[in-house]
Amino acid sequence: MTDQLVIGGHTFNSRFILGSGKFSLEIVKAVVENGGAEIVTLALRRANHGGEENILDYIPKNITLLPNTSGARTAEEAVKIARLAREINCGNFIKVEVIRDSKYLFPDNYETIKATEILAKDGFVVMPYMYPDLNVARDLVSAGAAAVMPLASPIGSNKGLCTRDFIEILVSEIPVPIIVDAGIGRPSQACEAMEMGVAAVMCNTAVATAKNIPLMAKAFGQAIASGRNAYLAGLGRVLTHGEASSPLTGFLED
Amino acid sequence: MIKKRTDPMVYQPEMEKIDSDIRDKVLKNVDKYDDQKITDSDVEEALKKERLSISDYGALLSPAATPYLEEMAKKAMIETNKHFGNSIGLFTPLYIANYCENNCVYCGFNCKNKIRRGKLSLAEMETELKAIAKTGLKEILILTGESRHHSGVEYIGEGVKLAAEYFATVGIEIYPLNTNEYAYLHNCGADFVSVYQETYDLSRYEQVHLSGPKRVFPYRFEAQERALLGGMRGVSFGALLGLGNFRKDAFATGLHAYFILQKYPHAEISFSTPRLRPFINKADNNPNDVHEKQLLQVMLAYRLLMPFAGITISTRERPGFRDHVIGMVATKISAGVSVGVGGHEQEEKGDEQFEISDPRSVPEVHQMILNRGLQPVYCDYIRV
Repeated sequence: MTDQLVIGGHTFNSRFILGSGKFSLEIVKAVVENGGAEIVTLALRRANHGGEENILDYIPKNITLLPNTSGARTAEEAVKIARLAREINCGNFIKVEVIRDSKYLFPDNYETIKATEILAKDGFVVMPYMYPDLNVARDLVSAGAAAVMPLASPIGSNKGLCTRDFIEILVSEIPVPIIVDAGIGRPSQACEAMEMGVAAVMCNTAVATAKNIPLMAKAFGQAIASGRNAYLAGLGRVLTHGEASSPLTGFLED
Repeated sequence: MIKKRTDPMVYQPEMEKIDSDIRDKVLKNVDKYDDQKITDSDVEEALKKERLSISDYGALLSPAATPYLEEMAKKAMIETNKHFGNSIGLFTPLYIANYCENNCVYCGFNCKNKIRRGKLSLAEMETELKAIAKTGLKEILILTGESRHHSGVEYIGEGVKLAAEYFATVGIEIYPLNTNEYAYLHNCGADFVSVYQETYDLSRYEQVHLSGPKRVFPYRFEAQERALLGGMRGVSFGALLGLGNFRKDAFATGLHAYFILQKYPHAEISFSTPRLRPFINKADNNPNDVHEKQLLQVMLAYRLLMPFAGITISTRERPGFRDHVIGMVATKISAGVSVGVGGHEQEEKGDEQFEISDPRSVPEVHQMILNRGLQPVYCDYIRV
């Protein structure tokens, strides 16, 4: 059975998307390989094209780059950054991040929809980072999003699936892949998200702040694969209460 | 006859007044803050919190928190790591002029200090900028003394335009401006503004700023707000530690940033923690009661109040201190520093503002960052 992740017509075997902004560049390759990631995000603002410590020089060539528009505060700025990414050959994928909140780094859903519409029309495979809201997710799909990336909890918080119930609604209602982004702190939380039926999980801080970063990447890769298998297998029922041995409706005669 | 000094609360005619209650909020909180009354249990409570209240923040700055420095450092390191990973930004300052109309008793540039004054021509600026760019740096901070006569806004603007050709990030640390002037410099290519209040204690402020536009306390206080209104993306805050009661000044600095962010949630906030340093003709200028322990306490308290804020460590501090605070609490470090006018490629055209304690070059600081298991970051900004 092949179970591939399909985003904008592109297929991937791994459902682990790796963020790259928080660990040393020299170990990027080892982290990618250990985690089995096929997509790596990078903040375009970190790309020091032709300069010192350019992250693009450290990401293996067979990996799909997912540049993000980190630093953009408006749709217009996100669009400019996306186009710059294309100019320096980062490919056609773009993770739209529009944030005008320096404290919690919450995405601005309204501006995100606007940027998504412009970039999708421009031929990008657009993957917007968003606050999980069903109406917004629908609008993003209408605007041309190839996937929708709701936050699990604030970026860098490692708090896990704080928005679990809302992400579940997106999973059941939205026809494009739902990729959990931001806040996943442990492999078990990534596994739990995958069991819910999300299509993929993106992690950065949880891997970057581990003592053994490549090993944690491996743990995430395995947890995500395991959660996916559990989802495909169909989770058995879990009762939160005892079940009466005699049926309550057994007295009925006709 | 002693010349009567001006009232530091009175704006000069050309100084813009904005509608803001931030100064009132900060100063009212500072008035209430009594660092001597804080107890061990106040500190312990603060250390348990994920988000600090204003009084928790005050507790961490108090003398009672001194025995908890290690615990604060551990907590701060976790926060720094969560928000910045192991990235350490690199930059260098370029002083383009050292003329100054202020008489600030603690500063080497003060107008009464007999030093060599100078300013770079545009051609000289370009030579300096090119030389700095060759080191690989992508972020630059342009500095001047305060002299609208010698280094006016247009002159600075031309410098910023040149800098923006060679650097991804251009910051300015110049005298406070009106909103429209900040907007002009933003259009020239500057995105980040540093203005340090030095001390938030008005009577102390008055004592150390004897004359010149800097003597006007509220105009300086409102500079960050005007910068943001002028379109700047980030603003930096700092008190000159050792000038007044450093605990109260650090408390005020944090709250200044805190209330600015409440009003302008998009603003990128950063802190600097300068301590007094010796300068030409005043070799005994020193940070008084702010030793390294106290300096670190201030930095840690900033981090725990605002885990997401940038914290810069300058060459005012010795290499051993700088090397250990990056990653734990500081997120940005200067390298290849000259604090005279120019001096990166050509001979300095004017004397230094203060004596630096860390003369290491960019490659040396780069290697030190790597040796500490951290990642030097040259570029972290796109101007859009």
